[in-house]
This record gives sequence, C-alpha cells and structure tokens, in this order.
Amino acid sequence: MSTDAPDRYERIAESPEFAGLRRSLRRFVFPMTIAFFSWYALYVILSAYARDFMGTILFGNINVALVFGLLQFVTTFLIAWLYARYADRKLDPVAEDLNARIQAGEFDADPQPEEVKA
Amino acid sequence: MSARTLTIVLFVVFVLITLAITIWASRQTKTATDFYAGGRSFSGFSNGLAIGGDYMSAASFLGIAGIIALSGYDGFLYSIGFLVAWLVALLLVAELLRNSGKYTMADVLAFRMRQTPVRVAASISTIVVSIFYLLAQMVGAGALVALLLGIKPGAHFLGMDADTAKIATIIFIGILMIVYVTVGGMKGTTYVQIVKAFLLMVGAALMTVLVLAAFKFDLSGLLGEAAAKSGKGAAFLEPGLRYGKEVAGDAAQTFYNKMDLLSLGIALVLGTAGLPHILIRFYTVPNSKAARKSVLWAIGIIGTFYLMTLALGFGAAALVGGEAITAQDKGGNTAAPQLAQVLGERFLGGTTGGAAMLAIIAAVAFATILAVVAGLTLASSSSLAHDIYASVIRKGQVSEGGEVRVARISAFAIGAVAIVLAIYAQSLNVAFLVALAFAVAASGNLPAILYSLFWKRFTTAGATAAIYGGLITAVVLVFFSPVVSGSPTAMFPNSDWQWFPLSNPGIISIPVGFLCGWLGTVLSREPADPQKYAELEVRSLTGVGAH
Repeated sequence: MSTDAPDRYERIAESPEFAGLRRSLRRFVFPMTIAFFSWYALYVILSAYARDFMGTILFGNINVALVFGLLQFVTTFLIAWLYARYADRKLDPVAEDLNARIQAGEFDADPQPEEVKA
Repeated sequence: MSARTLTIVLFVVFVLITLAITIWASRQTKTATDFYAGGRSFSGFSNGLAIGGDYMSAASFLGIAGIIALSGYDGFLYSIGFLVAWLVALLLVAELLRNSGKYTMADVLAFRMRQTPVRVAASISTIVVSIFYLLAQMVGAGALVALLLGIKPGAHFLGMDADTAKIATIIFIGILMIVYVTVGGMKGTTYVQIVKAFLLMVGAALMTVLVLAAFKFDLSGLLGEAAAKSGKGAAFLEPGLRYGKEVAGDAAQTFYNKMDLLSLGIALVLGTAGLPHILIRFYTVPNSKAARKSVLWAIGIIGTFYLMTLALGFGAAALVGGEAITAQDKGGNTAAPQLAQVLGERFLGGTTGGAAMLAIIAAVAFATILAVVAGLTLASSSSLAHDIYASVIRKGQVSEGGEVRVARISAFAIGAVAIVLAIYAQSLNVAFLVALAFAVAASGNLPAILYSLFWKRFTTAGATAAIYGGLITAVVLVFFSPVVSGSPTAMFPNSDWQWFPLSNPGIISIPVGFLCGWLGTVLSREPADPQKYAELEVRSLTGVGAH
C-alpha cells in the first residue's frame, strides 16, 4: 500500500464494488442466522413445553425428540456447507479482486481532487 | 500391570511427547506473532483440530456422557447447543475477526474506539471468563484423579491419601499448563490441542463402535436397553428428567424450571463466539479463508464428537447402569471411563482388557483437561500482556521482546493464581462455572463484538457498557441464584441469600448486554468515528492490511 489518506477507506467503503460485497455478505449471513437461531429456539422451546409431542414414538424406541435433535446436527452441517459454497463463489472472488485493486493503489491518489468527498 | 499404572504410563507418554513438541515449538517462537498467534502458519485443517482440542473440554467428554447416562435425553441438549453455536462463529465472527484483529479479542473491540477504556473492559472480561473456565477444569481434574486412579477415601497412593492426591493433581496440571504456555506459546499450545483432539476422537470413536457392536448396530435396541435399565422407561429418552422439570402443584417453580432450560439453551448457543480462548485461535491461520476452513473443520470434528456422546451416554446407561455410576461419582463424571472398562472386559477379554480400556480413556480425559487449560491460560495471559501492559500501560511504546516477556510472566502469574484458587475451591461444587463462563461470554463479549463489526454508530461508551453490563449482570445474578446458595446442591448449601430463581442467567443477562451496548451508544456524547468504521469494514471484508 502506498499512501494512507485519512479518507481512503471511506472512499473504498462508498464504492459500488465494496457496497456490493457488503450486500452479498449480509444478504446471506443475516437471514441464515435468523433461520438457524429460530430453528434452534423452536427445538429448545418444544423441549420445554411440548413434552408429549417430543415423546411421540416414530419407530422402535426412536422418538421425535431424538430425530429433532439429530436434525439440528443435519441443519448445522448443511448451513456450514452452503455458506462455504456461497463464500467461495460470491464473496471470495469479489474480496480478492478488491484487495488487489486497493493494494495496487487504485483508491489512493485521487486524480480529480474536486470529486473527493468531504 | 494394573489399570492405575497403565493410566499413569500412558499419561506420562502423552506429557513427554507434548513437552518435546513444546520445546521444539519454543525454538520456532521468535517474534510476538509466533508467541501470540503461532506465527499465523497453521492450516485450516490443523487449526480446526486445535479448535476442537481447545473446545471439547472434560465437561463435554465426561460431563455430557455422564448427564446422558444418568438423566437420559437432557444431556443431548448440551451437545446440540455446543454445536449449533459454531454457526454464530462461522457466519458472523471468525473471518471478520481474523482480518481486523492481531492477537486478542480486544484488538477488534478497540479497533475504532478509544483504546484504554475498551481494552481494559475487554481484558477484564477475558480474564474473568477464562479464570471461571480454568477453575472448573482444574477442580474437575482434581476430582477425577481420585476416581480415575481408583484412590478410595482412606486408601493411599504413593503415600498420598485421596485429598492430597487431588491437590497434587491440581498443582501438577497447573505446572504443566504454565510450561506449555510460557515455553511453547501459541505454537506449543496448538500442537498440544491437536494431539489431544486426535486422541479424543480416536478414543470416542473406538468406544462408540464397541457400544454399537454390543447392540449389533441397532440404535433403537441400545436406547431401549438404556431406558429399561434406567428404571424411568420412555421418559429417559425424552426431555424433562433434569431440565425444565414439571413440579406438580407448584406452577411458579415449574415456570422457573422451564425458563432455566430456555436460559441454558440460549447461553450455550450464543456463548461460544464470545469465548476469548476460542476467538484467538482464528489468529493462528494466514488469512480469513483459512479461518473459515478451520471453523468448517471444527464443525465437522465437534459435530461428529457430539454425535458420539449419544452412544457413550446411552451406552453407559445400558451397559454400566445408573446405580454403578452414581456409586462411583454422584455427578456421573465417571460414566465414560466406567463404560470403557465394561467394553474392554467384553471385547478385549477379561479384567486385563477392561483395565487397558479404562487406562486409555482415563489418560485421554487428562489430556483433554490439559489442552483446554493451556488454551485458557494463553488467552488470559495474552490479554494481560498485549491489552493491559503493552497498550494501556505502555501506550504501545514497548519492544516486541519486552511484550512477549511480559506475556510469559503473565502466564506464570495466572497459572499460579489458578492453582491456588483451584485448591481452595476444590471442595466446592464448581460445575456451574462453565455455564457461567458461557453466560458472561454471551452477555458481555458477543454483543460488543457484533455491534463493533456491524453497527456503524457503535461508540466507546457503548462497548464498555455492553461488556460491563453483560458481565456484571451475569455474575450478580449467578451470585444470588440457587447454584451459589439456598439449595442443597449449592456452592454454599448452608447459607441462603438467593433471590434470583434461575441457575443460568443468560435469558436476562444476554438481552441486558445487548441493551447496555445500545443505550451506551445512543446516550454517548462522543459520536462514532465514521472513518474508523470504514477502515474496519474494508479491512474485515477484503483482508487489506490484515496482520
């Protein structure tokens, strides 16, 4: 990195490329966090208040509570895998490209100072 | 050779191997980055294993197996909470923290704030969480040694009675953890955790396969036998024997029990991503992509392990039986070693086979404790040296060598304090300390971390308010809860100053932590620095300027 003007990072943060990266990240992680947290909360609440339902036998000695618990494992593995795939395809290429451009000084010196935001 | 001798031999072999690695690691430890972050040279897979080794404590291995063995399904709740929690770390914390921090949790929290107040708050919280956790592990180790080495009250071992052996174990474990951390730094500690994770996974997998083989790989048959032998029938396989109990005719108590279950559930899932000794593990890899890979590996390893706790717990219930377990230890902590002995007798042949399996699993349990306490000592001493000494006291005007020297001295001091506290606390019931550590991490640290990373307006006052608000609320509520006084199973069973009805404060203290962070911010006179937020955002998302 060459110059480190005080407003350099603000300029990057306001660039459409960076805004796109931020949007891509938040579009995935925020809804997914709400989803897995609600799904987990549902499991805990049912464990506390819906004992009869959780105790329903599905087959042999396997009841709803056990299957519900195992499904929490399945969804955790699934969300981890989905995020890895999403980050690989949608986040890493953009982040790496931006990183390279910042390192190359693209956002450093401003050729037209009158366009610099206050 | 008796099981006791074999356990000691195996454990000594583990100690010698890890000490050799530690000394080797010390030769590779030259800079501050080497000491605090293992030179950032670990691969995602190695760090994933080390995270597993740092995270899967004796409470996970012995505790969860014991709770399932005695109370059935309710123990599984811990397994689920401890695993799902990793999604918070994966989606919201790991990569951004890796890119924006250097050595400690406070690096990220203080990034765009005034250094001194935020670093002091973060350091206090780091040390409180780590010491609570450390004490629980060390007292647990002391309690286990008598059981695992079969030293019965009145009997002697190397001239020590059971009480002396406990104290000797606490001191021994304490000295080892100090050596690992002061000599090997993060590199040495990481290798200890990797070796431990490998041993724990192999040990648990071996037992799981043998348990399933004993039931001809019929899971339903295993559960049926466990339920039948527990004497509680189908209820043993359903939630409710231990948590969220329904007390007939006492609606208030029933309500509190249910709230306690919800509180535990939320603290488990939100605590992990606020544990300082876990957070600093993300600094040991070269970049955010490797941080992501390490969490993915950790989720795979930890998830597999927690699935196996089902087989271990229900296997112990079915093959050992609750009565035999409580005869050995009321808390059920010896369920897994006892199960190992039964499996050994059955599959390896006779008493010798049983003794061999017991010895292996007991040695794995000690290795487990050792790796976790080393990680905790490192986290707290790093924070003391980097946040308090280098940043607050010396305002960054300190040489790298000087800072690392202070970190080593801090590790020694924290280790010594932990040994003394653990010796005093050993007669107390400290099982709640792990739950408290999770509650403090979730109430104080997590809100501050999330606001720091995602909320542009967050200020210094907000950060300190979130940390102190969450920390103090959690500690105060636990102090006035039934786990400290006013109940037969309390820390002080003969006193009663209890007024807070829940054992776990999370359901109150976590929202309070988030609320304090928000209030501190909106009431703060000094506005947030938009330039610093832009810098944090750009660095955390793109990896520019990452250490």
